[in-house]
Amino acid sequence: MFIRRTLPILIAFCIGFAMLIQYFIPHPYSERFYDIVVQQWFITIYAFMFIFAYRSFFSHHIRKVKRRKTGYIFSIIAIASALLMAVGGFATRRGDFFDSLYNYLYAPLQATMFSLLAFFIASAAFRAFRARNVQATLLLVTAVIVMIGRVPLGDYLWRGMPDLIEWIMTVPSMAAMRGIRIGVGLGAVATAMKIILGVERTYMGGT
Amino acid sequence: MIASTIDSLSLKPPTNLIAFDTPDDRGVSITLKWEIPQDISKIQGYQIFREAEDESLHLAGYAPVNKTEYIDQIDVRNNVPYQYRIRSTSPERLVSLFSEPSQKVYAYPQWFRKDLINVVVITLIYLALLIYFVQAARTGKEIFLRRIPGLDALDEAVGRATEMGKPILYVPGIWPMSEVSTIASMNILKPVAKKVAQYDSKLIVPNRYPIVMNVAQQCVKEGFTEAGKPDKYNEDDVFFLSPNQFAFAAGVNGIMERERPATNLFFGAFFAESLLLAETGNAIGAIQIAGTDRVPQLPFFVAACDYCIMGEELYAASAYLSGDPRLISSIKAQDWGKMGLLISLLLGSVLSIFGITFIISWFTVR
Amino acid sequence: MKFWQRFLNLDRKWIFLGIGLVVIIPLLFPLRLPVKPSKPVIDLFNRIDTLGVDNGVVWVVTDFDPGTMPELMPMTMSVLRHCLTKGTPVVLHGGLWPAYIGMAKMAMDNIAVEFPDKKIGEDYVFLGYIPGVTAVILAIGIDIETTFGTDYYGVPYDSLPMMEGVKNYEDISIIVDISGTRSPEYWLMYGQQRYGVDVGIGCTAVSAPSYYTFLQSGQFVGMMGGLKGAAEYEELMERYGYPTGRRPATVGMDAQSFGHLLIVVLVILGNIGYFIVRRGERKVGIERRKE
Repeated sequence: MFIRRTLPILIAFCIGFAMLIQYFIPHPYSERFYDIVVQQWFITIYAFMFIFAYRSFFSHHIRKVKRRKTGYIFSIIAIASALLMAVGGFATRRGDFFDSLYNYLYAPLQATMFSLLAFFIASAAFRAFRARNVQATLLLVTAVIVMIGRVPLGDYLWRGMPDLIEWIMTVPSMAAMRGIRIGVGLGAVATAMKIILGVERTYMGGT
Repeated sequence: MIASTIDSLSLKPPTNLIAFDTPDDRGVSITLKWEIPQDISKIQGYQIFREAEDESLHLAGYAPVNKTEYIDQIDVRNNVPYQYRIRSTSPERLVSLFSEPSQKVYAYPQWFRKDLINVVVITLIYLALLIYFVQAARTGKEIFLRRIPGLDALDEAVGRATEMGKPILYVPGIWPMSEVSTIASMNILKPVAKKVAQYDSKLIVPNRYPIVMNVAQQCVKEGFTEAGKPDKYNEDDVFFLSPNQFAFAAGVNGIMERERPATNLFFGAFFAESLLLAETGNAIGAIQIAGTDRVPQLPFFVAACDYCIMGEELYAASAYLSGDPRLISSIKAQDWGKMGLLISLLLGSVLSIFGITFIISWFTVR
Repeated sequence: MKFWQRFLNLDRKWIFLGIGLVVIIPLLFPLRLPVKPSKPVIDLFNRIDTLGVDNGVVWVVTDFDPGTMPELMPMTMSVLRHCLTKGTPVVLHGGLWPAYIGMAKMAMDNIAVEFPDKKIGEDYVFLGYIPGVTAVILAIGIDIETTFGTDYYGVPYDSLPMMEGVKNYEDISIIVDISGTRSPEYWLMYGQQRYGVDVGIGCTAVSAPSYYTFLQSGQFVGMMGGLKGAAEYEELMERYGYPTGRRPATVGMDAQSFGHLLIVVLVILGNIGYFIVRRGERKVGIERRKE
């Protein structure tokens, strides 16, 4: 019980408070503490956790291939790609082979995934933007104005459009954004404090 | 030669040079302040000279003509007495005489940033409020918590998946464990896992970060154990997918297409992949509940999901789901904090109209 | 009514096809629609434009990956071109995360081709990637040489003539963080707040609304938001006689214009259909009740 519950809470309390106090101390000792905790501990833990991560990755996909589960072919591709990039990276650090993998495989794949957003935004907007009530109508009208105004076409249609957009972005949109941000900020601080004080412990199992 | 000396003499050096240890810092830094000469028409800038017991007078820095302050951080050592002089330079590279030397000054590190005193005070007030309300919860006083439809719908969403005999997909965002939103997501994951276990359904949790994966495995295991079904927990269902954002998104979309989950739950920090996930989920007809504190992603989730939990509601979710009075009462502290900020905001805005700005300056962080 | 019912249930594949066409065609046949620079972009441009050689180096950070490259690479190239044409010393920092170094390398390769007379190490420096994210931002405030040690190509810091006297934020005129992540907030918290360095940003269109708060409070000097921001910077570059390359962001804006237009048309038609179908359903309901 002590090892599983009390000790983690104690560690969270001590490190949490130390990090909080550290922020207000500019002394080099404080910087050193930050360096040890954030940079060295974190990087070390992070590096070791990747061993668990890749164990999970390979066991998950190998099991799928063995059992011939739906889409197991993608598991084969995933394993092969991971090995190819790793070997390419270790064997030819900053070499032409790795650069080619990065430029001609990794970069286009990433760009493709991101560009899918344009298609998905169109279909989501078509489905979701309906003038069902007053609020939805306001949202719809504003969205249409911003969409037209954010591109040169808006300026082409009406010279005052870019200024109107700038006003929408910097006044009503930002007012709402700030309201949510203040709430998020306070919520984040409260959650952090609850964790430090040991009030919130769901994330380590058991309330 | 004579002409250049006369020109040089017409260049006046800055006056009243003072040097002091730069406040609220780690040491190894000295701040200099001076008054600029009345006639600056021929001046291009100022050369700053420094000397110490083991350093002869040498050029240590340069400041443009309109500057009245310079922070010397180049090779300054702590607890060594330094003395400074300053002189003006012209575009023709003429120089004035040196100013009077500054007093001797030492650089040393500080133990407290006095400029952050406002942050300390606000943090302490907030901490006190939190402790007060958590303690007050012990008296058993009931606290009203408004309904959060997205969380109320969790039962329905899990139940639907069970009826359809399909799994539930839970995505804990794409940020590491150090982010508050990921911690909040883990806080939601456990009660979700408990519900899933009670309904005898399957829960799939793909992860982007290995540490998050480990915590998620622990949360799901605990949830299944609390539901009395530890044997139903399968570690392979909570797995690591990819550390790359779009590879992760592609992987999750692939899972949706193949496994066809009846329910998708997205709780945590999401970025550009939010719509990629939610729209794919919508295409396969899953019931979707999303919650994030990343404001720019909210419109995407609102458009593509059935329920959306916004901003701070994500942090309140664990209190809401657990019903623990101590956690619920902490939300009261948040409300008081918000109220305090709101009053300060209103007062600060109204008073600034009349030129009274002490509230605004008190909230300003250097 | 049947037509509108079918239209409302339109298969998303047709929408995807429409978007594909309106994006590809303007890219193949660019119109170069006029772009009007907005204040955040003008502020950033002016800040860089008014820098002298002695005001310190411009520190450009590539915190983005290939996914956001179409939006963010034109910004990176514009800022680099701006500095190099003016003769302002510029440092390219390969991002706070390892996957972003490739983007910086790509920008460097382009610069080497575009400015063959400019010398690496003397006119510009490529500092590569150092792990640590926020710790790196803090460490730059203490000592850049200790933090990086060498440039990307392994040349020792003290052998880079341009970096002579560049010790920390005091010697950096502005940080320009071109980012597809939340790194601008980190530069703000740890660079601007802690060390008082000026920060300007380039970000994706999705992230731009959340940074207006920091622009208004003066914490960010200026901002290029999305492809539009990049196109506006290109427009300013052209107006002031700087090289702009093929103006990829401006060409991209043509595609974006028609993409937005198609979405607006779809939304309007969708709403017309929604009202017609709803009215039709109500009529049917009333008639049934009468019966």
